[in-house]
Amino acid sequence: MTAASVDTNRRERVTGTSFTRGLGAVTLVGIAWLVLFGLVVTPADVNQGESVRIMYAHVPGAWLAYLAFVVTAISSAMYLFRRTRSLVWDRIAGASAEIGVLFMGISLVTGSLWGRLTWGTFWTWDARLTTTAFLFITYVGYLAVRNLGGTHHQRARRSAVLALLAVLEIPLVHFSVELWNSLHQEASVVGNTDVTMDGLMLFTLFLGVIVFTLMYVWMLMHRQRSLTLQDMVDDIGLDVALAARRAEAGSS
Amino acid sequence: MNVSSTFRVARLIAAKDLRVEWRSRVVTNQVLPFAVLVMVLFAFALDSDAVLERVAPGLVWLATIFSVLFLVARTYAVETADGALDALRSAGVDPMGIFLGKTAALAAQLLVLEALLVSAAVILYRADPTPSGTVLLVTTALVATVGLASVGTLYGGLAAGVKGRETLLPLLLLPVVAPVLIGATRATESAFRTNGIAVSEGWPWLGLLAVFAAIFSVVGAVAFGSLIDE
Repeated sequence: MTAASVDTNRRERVTGTSFTRGLGAVTLVGIAWLVLFGLVVTPADVNQGESVRIMYAHVPGAWLAYLAFVVTAISSAMYLFRRTRSLVWDRIAGASAEIGVLFMGISLVTGSLWGRLTWGTFWTWDARLTTTAFLFITYVGYLAVRNLGGTHHQRARRSAVLALLAVLEIPLVHFSVELWNSLHQEASVVGNTDVTMDGLMLFTLFLGVIVFTLMYVWMLMHRQRSLTLQDMVDDIGLDVALAARRAEAGSS
Repeated sequence: MNVSSTFRVARLIAAKDLRVEWRSRVVTNQVLPFAVLVMVLFAFALDSDAVLERVAPGLVWLATIFSVLFLVARTYAVETADGALDALRSAGVDPMGIFLGKTAALAAQLLVLEALLVSAAVILYRADPTPSGTVLLVTTALVATVGLASVGTLYGGLAAGVKGRETLLPLLLLPVVAPVLIGATRATESAFRTNGIAVSEGWPWLGLLAVFAAIFSVVGAVAFGSLIDE
């Protein structure tokens, strides 16, 4: 057991508290419940068949991503505008954006798989879909900006401004894509929307949203703490990193 | 910081940028030929006069947006090469003035670029704007240019002086300029009467371009200081 690996173990423990452990346990139970309901208990849809089950992951995933991006925007504003600017807000923004990008990616993939099964096509140039894709790319760019380096406050200011610019950009993109789309008058692929949803299916969808929200909070807390530790490691500086590399080289 | 000094800074910065570009000839000898080359390559890829005529407006603006990336990279390469931007900051130069000046210089270069690309479309893709279409086209180019120059200067400032900015800038900038691509392309379709679209149908798209230009020039002028102030 080298000094470096002991250090790693200690760090791993630091991001968990009794609250996050409890939250994690509840989340895992919730996911198991969701899997059971989504895959087994709920019936297949009359029109969509078995493919409706994708919705139980897709809709909560999209909800989580949008929630995450809203949290990023709010935390960025908190970092920029409050007199006592704190890097905590910056780390929450960064952690939230990471989770948001992950789940937006998942919902884009699950959405196009569902589209292929139900509409017969992976993609339509629908305004909501197109805006979602732009949102995804915009936050991939945001994460790239976070990794540019510089001091923590440089990173925080740069990325906070960018996150607030995204809040401006996204409605503009959505609006312009909507205008562009209305010109083309493509036949709507989403059938009639006044379909009444089966109660059990609606409940499962609702359950998914709750479970995914819990999962988001859980992941956010851990990620925010690990980002704090990462910043601390950066602060300790190159010497420690060099010493650790030397220790690794010595132990192998 | 009063308004007249901000505009004086802007004028000086714009004149400085344009003078540097005029003397270095990088834009005229590299970026403009690149833009024309893109137009020729589009013709190879699409391989049909009818298709080219149909998509000419979109290609003009796509080539513009690709070239914007080079112009923005160029305008900040000049600033960061000798730490000029740091010097401006330490000298306490008004960041709003820097933003407005660099935006104006970029806009002037963009207008030259757009004139060249529209000419290329007329010559290579058989685009044929009427007099009333030309009025629409010029107005579209002016409004779209303000938007592109503002947003380019803003995001360019964000990426200036960091490692990997050449690859980062397209990722940040291209999603943001999508509304300009949509609005300017639709307006230009009307100006070229592509598929028999009336010229009058193009004017509403200017609203979108104007909103974009207004938002990003104002936000850019306000936010630029906190982006470069490090």
